[in-house]
Amino acid sequence: MLDYETLKVIWWLFVGVLLLGFAIMDGHDMGVGTLLPFVGRTDGERRVVINTVGAHWEGNQVWFILGGGAIFAAWPLVYATAFSGFYWAMLAVLWALFFRPVGFDYRSKIANPTWRNSWDWGLFVGGAVPPLIFGVAFGNLLQGVPFHFDDELRSYYTGTFWQLLNPFALLTGIVSTAMITAHGANYLMIRTEGDVYRRSRTAAIIFGVLALLTFAAAGVWVMNGIEGFVITSGNIPGALPNPMDKTVVMQAGAWMHNYNVQPLTMLVPAIGFAGGVLAILFAMMNKPLMAFIGSSLSMLGIIGTAGVSMFPFIMPSSTDPRSSLTVWDSVSSHMTLGLMFWATLIFLPMIILYTSWAYKVMSGKVTLDFIKGNDHSAY
Amino acid sequence: MISTELVDASRLQFAIVALYHFLFVPLTLGMTFMLVIMESTYVITGKQVYKDMTKFWGKLFGINFALGVTTGITMEFQFGTNWAYYSHYVGDIFGAPLAIEGLMAFFLESTFIGLFFFGWDKLSKNKHLLVTMLMALGSNLSALWILVANGWMNNPVGSDFSFITMRMEMTDFWDVIFNPQAQAKFVHTISAGYVTASAFVLGISSWYLLKGRDIEFAKRSFRIAAAFGFASAVSVIVLGDESGYTVGENQQTKMAAIEAMWHTEPAPASFNLIAGINEKEQKNDWSIEIPYVMGIIGTRTLTKEIPGIYEIKAHNHERIVNGAHAVTALAALRKDPQNAALKAEFDKYKADLGFGLLLKKYTEDVSKATPEMIQQATDDTIPRVTPMFWSFRVMVGLGTALFALFTVALYTSLKNSCGKSKWLLRWALLFIPVPWIAAELGWFVAEYGRQPWTIFGVLPTHLSASTLTAGNVYGSIAGFVFFYTGLLIVEMYLMVKFARQGPSSLHSGRYHGEGNSGGGAIPAHAPADKA
Repeated sequence: MLDYETLKVIWWLFVGVLLLGFAIMDGHDMGVGTLLPFVGRTDGERRVVINTVGAHWEGNQVWFILGGGAIFAAWPLVYATAFSGFYWAMLAVLWALFFRPVGFDYRSKIANPTWRNSWDWGLFVGGAVPPLIFGVAFGNLLQGVPFHFDDELRSYYTGTFWQLLNPFALLTGIVSTAMITAHGANYLMIRTEGDVYRRSRTAAIIFGVLALLTFAAAGVWVMNGIEGFVITSGNIPGALPNPMDKTVVMQAGAWMHNYNVQPLTMLVPAIGFAGGVLAILFAMMNKPLMAFIGSSLSMLGIIGTAGVSMFPFIMPSSTDPRSSLTVWDSVSSHMTLGLMFWATLIFLPMIILYTSWAYKVMSGKVTLDFIKGNDHSAY
Repeated sequence: MISTELVDASRLQFAIVALYHFLFVPLTLGMTFMLVIMESTYVITGKQVYKDMTKFWGKLFGINFALGVTTGITMEFQFGTNWAYYSHYVGDIFGAPLAIEGLMAFFLESTFIGLFFFGWDKLSKNKHLLVTMLMALGSNLSALWILVANGWMNNPVGSDFSFITMRMEMTDFWDVIFNPQAQAKFVHTISAGYVTASAFVLGISSWYLLKGRDIEFAKRSFRIAAAFGFASAVSVIVLGDESGYTVGENQQTKMAAIEAMWHTEPAPASFNLIAGINEKEQKNDWSIEIPYVMGIIGTRTLTKEIPGIYEIKAHNHERIVNGAHAVTALAALRKDPQNAALKAEFDKYKADLGFGLLLKKYTEDVSKATPEMIQQATDDTIPRVTPMFWSFRVMVGLGTALFALFTVALYTSLKNSCGKSKWLLRWALLFIPVPWIAAELGWFVAEYGRQPWTIFGVLPTHLSASTLTAGNVYGSIAGFVFFYTGLLIVEMYLMVKFARQGPSSLHSGRYHGEGNSGGGAIPAHAPADKA
């Protein structure tokens, strides 16, 4: 059996992998939802857009659900503290997501234009709001969140909902929404033709550029204006997890620490930029599959940057720094981490395999003719 | 002190979202399986009508599934948003089956459901059938892991409390999986789902038969529903009894409340068919009893006694007194983890820690709990008897009535006379909502019956909630009620619309009101279109 410390690091990587899986898979159909009202002008075009993800969005959404489940199982304190602390933000994500299953499934079952148009905007909300809020959440994690624990490890969030919407967090919210929207646009280019394709290409370029600019701006901001966190004592990696067993201070420039110690980690933000640039170039060159791979790499880099900058912190506390949650002290037991490690190792490759098969079966362009021919069975 | 108002509001929200989610789950569980049966018949016989059945009932299934997914995400969020201390305290055990559910089951179901709907023209007959089977397997495995988690809440095996991490930790995963309560609940719940789907198909098919339309289509659907429903109803009843029999103190408490059994009776105890319950004086004013039955169901013997409410309370009183020592020792030990004497003191009372925590509802410092507080906490350990007693009886009554319906329906199917007796068709139509009522009551008996605990004997509900304000929770309840009401209206509208259209909604030109074929006698014999 792997030792506890190693498993803790593996689980940090696994959560990263699941987040990335979410961004690549659920992300592209959220991007499609966000773009739906804009790249599809007629009902036929909108149905084309929806049917590019019609057979897949359900499977893709499980990346999101699995992400929640995995954090519950591997980092129960993070799950408990973040979900209850960000109460209204989480509910906003949840309620936005409500529009997706019913939007996809119910929209085309009735021909009334008002009905269909309403669900199209519902799918827009379900596509745009979750990435925005996740980005905002990451922005707040980087700044520290106002919470503390009592002696029984009960968490208390002492901030408000509105203070989550501070300027830096809104900036990271735009990074997140822009990268997901660009990624969705790249996917639409793979699966469509004609007008929808052309509009998607424009969107891919605009949002690709926006994602890179805001990512760079957030980087500069973190370097110069955001205080990071440093562990000053305790928090032994192999120890039984107890967040109160350490001391932590806030320090300007602390989020740059990992890059200074391990210069190789600079590759992570570099991949974020390089992937993004490639995605834009390939979109311009009408090579959508390569652009999709580029935006996937870019998201790997951007999400990875947040992770690497903060490591080993996951959720620092701005009001009681020692309550901060780290990779070492917010995890579940050695046994559960080991068990979940094996479960992931067995099932994740299977998931990737049958998901790939599903995409292969459904591959090809979705056209207006297809919609006409399948008026009653397509979305 | 944690506000009781907050805890009550959190419970109310959980009850609303869980009961609502559970409106869609049973139909999904059963429909996926029935779709497998219909499509297999299509693949074996090659008859077009079975393909049409798979597609049409699949359409209704899809409308239901969309809301099942929507409301399922709420459940996944709910533990973290509203039950944060619970999530911390037992996440080490409870989180694992939920995560495995995603990995093993929900991914499978959700990936293949897309191919089920959109893969008809892209896959060979056999491959499409395989897709349908994997989707059904996924949905049923999903129920398994959820009920492993739920079974653990009722009978927390394979785990131990750690004072350093201040939580329960897993010690034996196999104990958690093969928890007898989890297994019994799983079979009972999926069988109930199969009954729900059967009653749904049976009732709607009966409506077509009553209207004299799409006869061949409806008769075949009716027969499959009758056979599958009969088998499932038998399973629900047999395994419902099995979940009554499974061991554990929690089950004893629930059983005593369900039976309104205030005192231990000499074995074998009699069964209260109905009773006039006097909650205030803790007795039954009158009752109609069937001798021996309770003892036999509850213990499978003629000699073992089943403890009554008074006896359970006396036992719990003792555990609360001991548990108070555990709580006090734990607080001291958290401040001085190396102290061996404190550790020994804690270990001595550790088994009753959860019972000691019950006192936290009444006092912050449990070492100063008054006898009145201890008595209040003791009284809390038994859920209110009246709702348990009657919910259970209505559930069993409805289950029995469903069993009768499926027996008659199967009989007419075998005699090849289905559709002839109008009264049976009307009965089936009228009974469409019945399995849902029974299922919701079953949820109520199981979960309300676990109170005052979230994890039986380990963590009181009162301590499990997040540190929100009651106002926040009222706000979110309002949001949920708003969204869920809207969604339900839309869902019901579509469901009724498509059920009324019937197989004509496939626009194949073969069904009612589509011109040439009318009554639907032709499709059964028509050659299958290319698959």
